[in-house]
Amino acid sequence: MLLEDGTYFEGMGAGASATTTGEVVFTTGMVGYPESLTDPSYRGQILTFTYPLLGNYGVGNPRRRDAFGLPVSFESGSLQVRAALFQNLTEPHHWASALSLPEWARRANVPLLTGIDTRRLTAHLRTKGVLRGLVHVGASLPSRSALARTLARAPRYEEEDLVAQVSPPRAVLVRSGRPRAPLVAVVDCGCKASLLRSLLTRGLDVLRLPASEGVPERFDGRRVAGLFVGNGPGDPATLRGVVEAIAEVRRRDLPTLGICLGQQLLGQAAGATTYKMKFGHRGQNKPVLFPDGRAYILSENHGYAVEAKSLEGTGLRSWAVNPDDGTLEGLRDARGRVLSLQGHPEGGPGPREAGFVFDLFAGKVRRSS
Amino acid sequence: MTRALPARPERVLLLGSGALKIGEAGEFDYSGSQCLKALTEEGVYSVVVNPNIATLQTDPPARGRTYFQPVTPEFVEPILESERVDGILLSFGGQTALNCGVTLHRQGTLRRLGVRVLGTPVRGIEETEDRGRFLTLMQRARVPVLKSHPVYSVAEAQRQARDLGFPVIVRVAYTLGGKGGGVARSPEELDRVAERGLRASPAHQILLERYVGSFKQIEYEVVRDRLGNGLTVCNMENVLGMRVHTGDNIVVAPSQTLNDEEYQLLRAAALRAADACGIVGECNIQFALDPRSQEYYAIEINARLSRSSALASKATGYPLAYVAAKLALGYTLPELKNRVTGVTTACFEPALDYVVVKHPRWDLEKFPRAGRELGPTMKSVGEVMGIGSTFPEALLKAVRMTDPRSELVPPPPGREEKAIREDLSHPTPQVLWHVLEGLSAGLSPATISELTWIDPWFVEQLREVQELCRTLGGMPPGAAPIPLLAQGKRLGLSDRALARLLREDEEMLRRRRVAAGLVPHVRMIDTLANEWPSRTNYLYLTYGADADEVGPSPAGSLLVLGSGPYRIGSSVEFDWSTMNLVDGLKAEGVPSVTVLNSNPETVSTDYDRSDRLYFEEITLERVRDVMDKEGFAGVVTSVGGQLPQNLTPLLAACGIPILGTVSDSIDAAEDRERFSSLLEKLTIPQPAWRAFTTVEEAERFCAEVGYPVLVRPSYVLSGAAMRVIPGRADLGRFLSAAVRLSPEHPVVISKFLEGAFELDLDAVSDGEKVWVAALLEHVESAGVHSGDAILVLPPRRTSPRVHQRMVEYAEAMARALRIRGPFNVQFLAVNDEVYVIELNLRASRSLPFVAKATGVPVLREAARAMLGKGLSGQGLAPVPFGRWGVKAPQFSFYQVEGADPLLGVEMQSTGEVACFGPTFPDALVKALVATGVRFVPRGGEAFLSVGGPTLKERLLPAAQRLRALGFSLAATEDTAAYLEAHGVHPVRVLFKIMEPEREPNLKTVLERGELDLILNVPASFTQEKFERMLEDEYWLRRRSVELAVPLFTSLETFTAYVEGLSWLREHPLTVEPLYGSDLPGRTLSLNSPRSVDLSRADRAPSSQKRKGRTPGRSRGWKGTPTSTSTRRRGSGSARGSERRRSPRRAS
Repeated sequence: MLLEDGTYFEGMGAGASATTTGEVVFTTGMVGYPESLTDPSYRGQILTFTYPLLGNYGVGNPRRRDAFGLPVSFESGSLQVRAALFQNLTEPHHWASALSLPEWARRANVPLLTGIDTRRLTAHLRTKGVLRGLVHVGASLPSRSALARTLARAPRYEEEDLVAQVSPPRAVLVRSGRPRAPLVAVVDCGCKASLLRSLLTRGLDVLRLPASEGVPERFDGRRVAGLFVGNGPGDPATLRGVVEAIAEVRRRDLPTLGICLGQQLLGQAAGATTYKMKFGHRGQNKPVLFPDGRAYILSENHGYAVEAKSLEGTGLRSWAVNPDDGTLEGLRDARGRVLSLQGHPEGGPGPREAGFVFDLFAGKVRRSS
Repeated sequence: MTRALPARPERVLLLGSGALKIGEAGEFDYSGSQCLKALTEEGVYSVVVNPNIATLQTDPPARGRTYFQPVTPEFVEPILESERVDGILLSFGGQTALNCGVTLHRQGTLRRLGVRVLGTPVRGIEETEDRGRFLTLMQRARVPVLKSHPVYSVAEAQRQARDLGFPVIVRVAYTLGGKGGGVARSPEELDRVAERGLRASPAHQILLERYVGSFKQIEYEVVRDRLGNGLTVCNMENVLGMRVHTGDNIVVAPSQTLNDEEYQLLRAAALRAADACGIVGECNIQFALDPRSQEYYAIEINARLSRSSALASKATGYPLAYVAAKLALGYTLPELKNRVTGVTTACFEPALDYVVVKHPRWDLEKFPRAGRELGPTMKSVGEVMGIGSTFPEALLKAVRMTDPRSELVPPPPGREEKAIREDLSHPTPQVLWHVLEGLSAGLSPATISELTWIDPWFVEQLREVQELCRTLGGMPPGAAPIPLLAQGKRLGLSDRALARLLREDEEMLRRRRVAAGLVPHVRMIDTLANEWPSRTNYLYLTYGADADEVGPSPAGSLLVLGSGPYRIGSSVEFDWSTMNLVDGLKAEGVPSVTVLNSNPETVSTDYDRSDRLYFEEITLERVRDVMDKEGFAGVVTSVGGQLPQNLTPLLAACGIPILGTVSDSIDAAEDRERFSSLLEKLTIPQPAWRAFTTVEEAERFCAEVGYPVLVRPSYVLSGAAMRVIPGRADLGRFLSAAVRLSPEHPVVISKFLEGAFELDLDAVSDGEKVWVAALLEHVESAGVHSGDAILVLPPRRTSPRVHQRMVEYAEAMARALRIRGPFNVQFLAVNDEVYVIELNLRASRSLPFVAKATGVPVLREAARAMLGKGLSGQGLAPVPFGRWGVKAPQFSFYQVEGADPLLGVEMQSTGEVACFGPTFPDALVKALVATGVRFVPRGGEAFLSVGGPTLKERLLPAAQRLRALGFSLAATEDTAAYLEAHGVHPVRVLFKIMEPEREPNLKTVLERGELDLILNVPASFTQEKFERMLEDEYWLRRRSVELAVPLFTSLETFTAYVEGLSWLREHPLTVEPLYGSDLPGRTLSLNSPRSVDLSRADRAPSSQKRKGRTPGRSRGWKGTPTSTSTRRRGSGSARGSERRRSPRRAS
């Protein structure tokens, strides 16, 4: 593996034999690699695991679907990362395992690199900030200069239209199966399956919309009663079309919930600005503090955040913060009609106790439908 | 904030856990010490009640007082009253503290005195402890639980088990270490298990459940604040599953075989459960998870700090006990800082970037009759924790940490598959080796998993080790390439293991790998997987890293080696010595002091107690690795007990500077021949001894010096290693049956001096001056191991002439060997003759007792001596006038099924206490009560059984005294006849168990609960535990332990006990702090002590003992509280009246 600043790691290849480039990030989560690797937010990135053992419980059946037609123990239909870096691969065993991690990666043409001192790599990324990198797995080892040339030619993270790769091509309605369920529009920039599931299990029908399209007032004769903006890859500042579409819907005063990228897009739509963090928040152990003194542990995966100072005059205010670095972790409007969290209350992987935001949202949608 | 902040308490009482015992050990010194640190930071005046003399938490407090008293309601109540505390902490002293606190609450004492329980409210504690309420609560919290059926009799248990279907598990409420529980696979087994459980239960209630031994055992450590913010600091997986008690299990953190769904399912359930119990502070929750589905059950909640929380604390770097104490004082999680990073909040869940494996340390060979199979009852006496980048690296490290001689490599082949399968189905401490053996024999991981119920993932991990070992074993010597060695190191194999597999020289192999750059690297434990920059000093070494994260310590820095795992003979006292020396070295200006230790139950492995901490193996290889990195100016090996001491010559041979007494002097003291000639040169008497390789020579020597003799074989076939032989016949039998005699394995025989007093001397020397901190006299005569003896300070039965000689001999030896540091000498005194039997050039077991009793700062002085500075005092330190100190052993015979409670030359106790008082019996009674010995001052029936006329004669005074105290006496025919012939009557004759047809029979009388006190001193000095003829006496002793009837196997202990009984008739017991920050120096006024009167006690004074009461008696907990049996005097002592009185109490 070669980083754009010339840092070089050698390890043992697994998964697919391939050369790939992307933004190198790290996560400190200790479980949930199938979920992380299929999270569309990691599109375009090379994911480093700080936990030293990977593959312990294999990978579930990729073809399995739940009652809503969503993949089980995966966040999308396929691996989203460009490559994964970790220390040790172990022989898997688990009743729910259908195949091993390297076999799964090989089929998806994703290279894995093991035997990496990921703690040292993490310290490097933490100090330098996220870097672009190249991973090569193969029988022959190209020269470092050849690898550097390939890396230099590769597009930058911000330049890639990653959302287009993970957003659905056309609108899809997913039914919760409950009678008279209200309909919620999901601006789908690569929405995780467990986010959709969190809405569906709360009795909301979900209309997944391509990110590039606007939000209709009605679909199939049914009124859209709520707006949900979920996670996704890339820099929110480059998603002008999506931001404008959301700003448009805001005038309809629908109950609105934003998660992760969704919070950044809601902020942008209200006039706030976002910034790229040095190395982001990626893990399952992040404290999020609410003004009443309550704190929740959240799963997080974001490299961008809303600038707190830019909230003035937007009608949005801070709802939750990260007590360690002051990052804005939640936004709301004066009435609580619009809510958002920067972290992932749906888990997948990670804790789910902040799931109360889905309950709040579902309650408001139901009342306004 | 949603709730008003309660007023922060100003004076807080902290209950300790008492002596170390199986199921309740050193982890509570860690939790109590962290708690005190938190209290001190907040300026809280802290009152500690803990008789465990060897702990750091009972060192003189920064602000507060320390009471060495039993942790029982009778003793705590007067302290609560006189100290006028406004808060009490129950969750830092294990089950002992919890039980004591709950009783004080139920008796209304806490309410009456206006004392608030800090942290988890009593209601929450009760809900976790009472099985019935626990089940209801969990159902309300939507946490599945196994249906549990409370039963009150064996018959009821049988009916219930028929409904549930076998196997069933029997659980007992309110006990520690799974005490009294067990699995029953058949109605016959249930008879035995249910009966034992009923006896062990204070409520005389047991619970029957479906047995889920094949499930995974997963634990979560939860912290929660008063606002309800909760998080899980760590989860842990038990490698041996639900089948084996977590205390005896191999535990890995974090869990390895759970996917995210399972992890979150249990994590969420843990938080809901903690919410339902209203935890404020910390709790541990155990789950059983089906290995084939998501079916799971909450098994139990410990609403307090526990062994697991100590482990989680060390495994993650998150100071659980410290945070729990702050939360109990009213803080919320986001208000507290992560002490590792210093900037982030304590409200986070640690992310590990390494694997942690805890391995227990068993000492079952010390209990020859004990069963070895592991199960739901805990048997281990200590534990270690290995940290690595792979599971095998952490595991293999942990195995070596438990015993540096052991290596987890496949045992030699050759056993039949049937035998291996049998062993795999019945896990013992050898289970991991059996797995490797099975793999070598060709059993598949799936088969092994089926037999052991170990998850196949772990078996696969072991297979990697087994396969590599096979590859290495097949290589020609010296041919193994470096990458293969690197693979071995990454799997945790030591140089020694690699060298053996490769048939190479270990030193050559080390040089080869170091030259190739194959060395471990230093990594930090920072709680956040390196996400935040931190300058943590919590370090380990691993072969899974590319580079060191820290550079060497500053020049002139020192390394202190800790004690390693707690085990019989080496325990918390050596952690105390380690930390006191570290503090001493710091106080003497050493720029940086690093600690290396492997034991997660210790205070010395709290990273903020030293400048640097290596959580590592105490092995030659690892200490050299650390030295190669750090280049310390010196290493201290003399304060961690025998484990680091044994490394001294090896380290010295590698050119590593040893701080303190030179290696050659240590050898001179430890080598029998050299030590003997040194004593001769100094004209210091020693018991005659010699080493033998043939039976004939041995017999000739014994005839010469006369029997009895003490025989120490160097190669033992079975049974105890060392024993006293009374005559020629026994010698022949012992040497032919139990010992292999050969030139390589000689036997050492020494004259055994009968009727000798045994004494200890603890001192420190700078090579010139010698400062003797104290002389200690044993209550038991020589023949009982010094660790099992009751020690008295000052000596009371030996003459000043003896004491003077002891000091002279110690001074002579210290000068001759140029001792620089602490040392201990053991003496025998017969009349006024003094013999030296042993010299230990290291901190001794009795050092904390001595230092605390006399105030001599032994280890601070040792630090001075090691640094080449002169001592600040010399000669024999005086004992404060009018103070007696008694140190008593704590036994864990009850916990080890089958163990024989007979004392002998091999140490068997697991812990100790010390109490103080103005008289010997005052201190003695408190010390014995604190170890769970029940006093029956109102009288009862005593059964006396001693062998031989000499002993019978010596028994007479005690027997007469017992009669005078109103006891009725019972004895077997011979003893009864002797007593009656000498004017002690009436004596009820009880017939021997081997004559079951004759009544009244000892067996029936004991089973009926008619005996209150038992003395059994076996007939022969040989203590032949295995011989058929002594089966009766074994049964009697074992049964007494199970029935919690006070048992004595030494006449001297019994005589002292009787002295205590008669003292209790006339005197209340004093309750006084040993020291306090507000007391003038160490001169205590004992004029108007607080007191406890046990003379009217009609029930066991400690909750510990109450568990074992027979049916029909007081049931402790469940029954209404009996009268407090406490008499108070002089409530307005001078100190008391000066103190602030709260308005609530003054009104």
